[in-house]
Amino acid sequence: MNAPAPAAPPEPQPVDDGAWRTIVHGLSLNPELRDGLLGTLLLALAATAGRVVVPIVIQQVVDRGLAGSSVDLDAVARFVLAGAVAVVVTGVTSSIMNRRLATVVETALSNLRVRAFRHVHDLSMLHQAAQQRGQMVSRVTSDIDEISRFMSWGGLNLVTSSGQLVVATGVMLVYSWRLTLVVLLVFVPFVLAARWFQVRLDVAYRDVRQKVGDLLSVVAETVVGAPVVRAYGIEERTQERLDERIEAHRAAAVRAGTLSSSFSGTGELFGAMATGAVVVVGVLLGVDDVSAGTVVAFLFLVSLFVDPVNIAMEVVNEGQTAVAGWRRVLDVLDVAPDVADPGPDGHDLPDGALPVVFDAVDFRYPLPGEVQAEASGPLVLRDVTVTLEPESKVAVVGETGSGKTTFAKLLTRLMDPTGGQVLIGGVPLTGVRFASLRRRVVMVPQEDVLFDGTIVQNVAMGLSGGDPTSAPSQRVRDVVRGALEELGLADWLDELPDGLDTRVGERGLAMSAGERQLVALARAHVADPDLLVLDEATSAVDPATEVRLQRALAGLAQGRTVVTIAHRLSTAEQAELVLVFDDGVLVERGAHAELVAQGGVYGRLHASWVSGQVSG
Amino acid sequence: MIEQPSLTRRGLRVIGISLRRAPKPFAYGVGGALLFAGMTVLSAVVLGRVTDRVITPALEDGLDVGDDLWIAFAVIVAVGLFKGAGVVGRRLGAYVAQYKLQSDHRRVITRRYLELPTEWHRRHSTGELMSNANADVEAAFFVAAPLPMSIAATALLGITAVLLVVADPLLAAIGFVVGPTMAAVNAYFARRMRLAASQAQQSRADVSEIAHESFDAALVIKTMGREDAEAARFGAESERLRDRMVRFATVRARFDPIMEALPNLAILAVLYVGAVRVQAGALTPGDLVQFAYLFRLVALPIRVFGWLLGELPRAIVGWERIERVLDATGRTEYGSRTSDGQGGVPVAVDGVTYRHPAQRLPDSETADDELAALLGAEGDAPAVHVQPHERAPRLDADGEEVDETRGVRDVHFDVEPGRTIAVVGPTGSGKSTVAQLLVRLVDPQEGQVRVDDVDLRELERATLAGTAAIVFQDAFVFDDSVRGNVTLGLDVDDDAVWESLRLAGAEGFVASLPDGLDTRVGERGASLSGGQRQRVALARALVRHPRLLVLDDATSAVDPAVEAEILANLRGAALPSTVVIVAYRNGSIALADEVVFVDRGEVVAHGTHERLRAEVPAYEALVSAYETPADEAAEVRR
Repeated sequence: MNAPAPAAPPEPQPVDDGAWRTIVHGLSLNPELRDGLLGTLLLALAATAGRVVVPIVIQQVVDRGLAGSSVDLDAVARFVLAGAVAVVVTGVTSSIMNRRLATVVETALSNLRVRAFRHVHDLSMLHQAAQQRGQMVSRVTSDIDEISRFMSWGGLNLVTSSGQLVVATGVMLVYSWRLTLVVLLVFVPFVLAARWFQVRLDVAYRDVRQKVGDLLSVVAETVVGAPVVRAYGIEERTQERLDERIEAHRAAAVRAGTLSSSFSGTGELFGAMATGAVVVVGVLLGVDDVSAGTVVAFLFLVSLFVDPVNIAMEVVNEGQTAVAGWRRVLDVLDVAPDVADPGPDGHDLPDGALPVVFDAVDFRYPLPGEVQAEASGPLVLRDVTVTLEPESKVAVVGETGSGKTTFAKLLTRLMDPTGGQVLIGGVPLTGVRFASLRRRVVMVPQEDVLFDGTIVQNVAMGLSGGDPTSAPSQRVRDVVRGALEELGLADWLDELPDGLDTRVGERGLAMSAGERQLVALARAHVADPDLLVLDEATSAVDPATEVRLQRALAGLAQGRTVVTIAHRLSTAEQAELVLVFDDGVLVERGAHAELVAQGGVYGRLHASWVSGQVSG
Repeated sequence: MIEQPSLTRRGLRVIGISLRRAPKPFAYGVGGALLFAGMTVLSAVVLGRVTDRVITPALEDGLDVGDDLWIAFAVIVAVGLFKGAGVVGRRLGAYVAQYKLQSDHRRVITRRYLELPTEWHRRHSTGELMSNANADVEAAFFVAAPLPMSIAATALLGITAVLLVVADPLLAAIGFVVGPTMAAVNAYFARRMRLAASQAQQSRADVSEIAHESFDAALVIKTMGREDAEAARFGAESERLRDRMVRFATVRARFDPIMEALPNLAILAVLYVGAVRVQAGALTPGDLVQFAYLFRLVALPIRVFGWLLGELPRAIVGWERIERVLDATGRTEYGSRTSDGQGGVPVAVDGVTYRHPAQRLPDSETADDELAALLGAEGDAPAVHVQPHERAPRLDADGEEVDETRGVRDVHFDVEPGRTIAVVGPTGSGKSTVAQLLVRLVDPQEGQVRVDDVDLRELERATLAGTAAIVFQDAFVFDDSVRGNVTLGLDVDDDAVWESLRLAGAEGFVASLPDGLDTRVGERGASLSGGQRQRVALARALVRHPRLLVLDDATSAVDPAVEAEILANLRGAALPSTVVIVAYRNGSIALADEVVFVDRGEVVAHGTHERLRAEVPAYEALVSAYETPADEAAEVRR
């Protein structure tokens, strides 16, 4: 909470030579993308081959069927029939190819999505920097959707267009290499023009995306900050900001549109020039070199040549967004988890409450751009050495930024120390298997988020293998009810409209903050940990809920080691051991009364708190 | 459910609106498209003529065609040039129209956002309003892109048909079979594709929902070791999305090849029938080439129509969502009274009743839901609508539903100039409503709020903003510098800004920022802590020297010691404001001269903190829940 934002994923960068690297890297992570690729490519070639069938048939018919004054209807029928068969085969082939491509791509993307999702849960930035959660959601949703959208349209077009280009060139060569040369020569300036446009379109579309972002951020301010705008009477100023960005976006979009339109027009012009050149050169070459049918067939083949170039341009533009999205996903996957599971080599903790030892523990957050392992931010926890006895009740106090929350995160291994070590039952925390650790050490965060489901589903999450979405079995219901009763919450449960099946709403927002806490405590209780870490809630609740919370906490504490990050000193008063943090250092430890008597940091905190409680 | 006009009629309406509101660019677009269409037809005619008069004579009969060759070249290139110009005009017209429509409507919508009253904002989620100004506007006017071409395509189809019939009615008949066949195939598949697409869209929304929920709960998931269970849950939804995407692709994989094959088969048929006609002497080989070329063109208009129809449902949903904002009624009318007094004002809350509007659920529906429902209505997917509110709504004077349980009722209290009062009460008791009434974020339905003996509704807007300032718990900061966030455009010098920061207890941390007052705070103040944001928001109010300062739990994220300092600063100011504090912490309450205790929307008691504690058990119970060692505290105080 008071930590500097951890390393943000790099900003999306323009696609340049890095695009290729991204694609290679992406393919290596998703080998299934290459499954049956050869087959799909062959099918694509067959499918585009079909497109040149019609011009060939026209040529054959004109040259042979209609040659001279007599019409050879049988020959025409043969050509037409062969052409029809080819067209149908082409259709079937391209249908199969489209489907294959979609299946492979969507399967690969779904795997990538799930993999990124799982990986994100291993990254500490998720819980440390709430403002980056939205970005993380984008990584597993819109960024991957972007790739999918591109592949289903652009990827397909790119495959078929390149095929078309290759096949059309091949067929033209068979007819006449001279005329082919003419077409290619005419297209040289077109390709150069295409490159010229390409560079500018890239810049223009990047500008449009930037302007969309600017626009959205000021719209968001207007919407979210509506009460401030109203209360401070700054409507005009806000509207000016809005108008400015709306206009900037429009201008940028029209600029990009102008470029793109001009390019399409250029394509038409070059197509016509190629056609004209074919006619002129064909006629000049004369009867000895080309037939009338050949020239006519070329007129069709030229149009097969213009389209792919136009399409390739559009695909490359669209592809920028997709590659950028892909890169963002891969970048997230490349971030090493800050905290790693030792896996099968790790230890399992024995049952029962265990002592926890902090041995000369240091901690620093990484500066932006660094990974946790090479963190060089300022020390937020310095040389902390302390032993927490089994079943003791410990309160951790200190001002905001003193390091008390960091202490809790190290205790639950949400992060690892940058110096020294944390031992549980004599074993370094880093050597304990997650499966064992997460069962034995449970933290109840300050603001608990519930899942959109019922009370029983949310509490049952604490049971190993509990599923917050499926219907709970009778046994689970009994366990949950029993837990709530043990915590003295039976009366609360009875007051709820549907008892255990009361819905908590999206993110638990149908319940009050205090009720969400009750659910969270019950969830921790059924998890039955030996070490419980509570980040005390600061939000105020009504008196009845407050009483219930206190009762539930007392019930939860029995037979367990409980470490509470205390925001109210009343909690510290009741603890056996109070740890006082100041500027990252464990400055005082002892019982409440002792520390007050000492008159140190705790004494001052206490005095300030007491004066804050004073009745006016 | 109200009977809706048909999809087509609603679609035509959106198209009509688009055309009316950007007539000039559309005229250019249609002009360009017509030029393009005309030149496309012309190029087929030219190629036919060139075959007959240049290619065949030169290459088959060995004749010298002379200058005709160069004329042919010039004509082909000229036609290409005009066709290119047509393309540019068509596309540019469409772009200009589309972006003009977008920006015009964004301007109108955001103006409405700024005008519409607080109640309206409260009824609509942030996501919905964002999407109205962004995605919905885009969706509504995306039809602008294919529109010029569609109009021109109609013309193209007509011209082609006439040409075909004139040249050879028998061959034309093939066209009259193929055209409608393609249209029918298009209609058949379009519906299936839209349906498959909207199902995939629904899945996409579900995947996103799980990701949001799961990442929000990251800490719980991590500490409970449920990462794998979450990945499995997400994986199942992701698989479903994949299946639906593959299904969509499968439908398309049937559609695209059929649409491509049909004109090709038609051309082959034309060739055969044409050969028969040539044999009969009814046709020249050149006519046949021209015919074959024209047939390729028939495919284009039909595809463009398919595109337009595909965009239409989305456009309808987008437009109708925008319309809700445009049609929303209500704006805050300001009076004309001004005031130039200084220092605290007397405040009178006189018999004020205000009930919050009821939450209305349909407003929170997403565009995707509506799209699915729209498509479902004419497709096979059932549109499921759950109506969770059974209770009969109570309507207020304007016919709006009101929520009986939220708000305040018949509230009376007075504050003398320069005094500080605390409004205290349990969650949901109406404290924040009182705060909002005091600065006219909402208007009372009954009774009056008066400052300096003037009803707030009679004050001119600038005077109102200058007289009463509110600071919210959720301190909103703009993506601007610290200075910009404090002044919000108010013309004050840096000394005044620093002074207000000092009073707000923010001087120290602002001074240590890399660029001081010029430091940008990032989007939503991301680079500041919660307490720092609150202090900047407080300085924003203080720099205005408000005569009435309302703090709605505005120091909740500030350390108690700092909070005490801030409140002491406020009292020590040269011209003390009248201050109303909505507070939870006893430290804040302690600063007040008197306390107004509210519960369930009514004022239960009014007096000093000590008196209320002694005489009102409910108050005593409430405040003692926030703290504990009151005795000890009292000891120290004495």
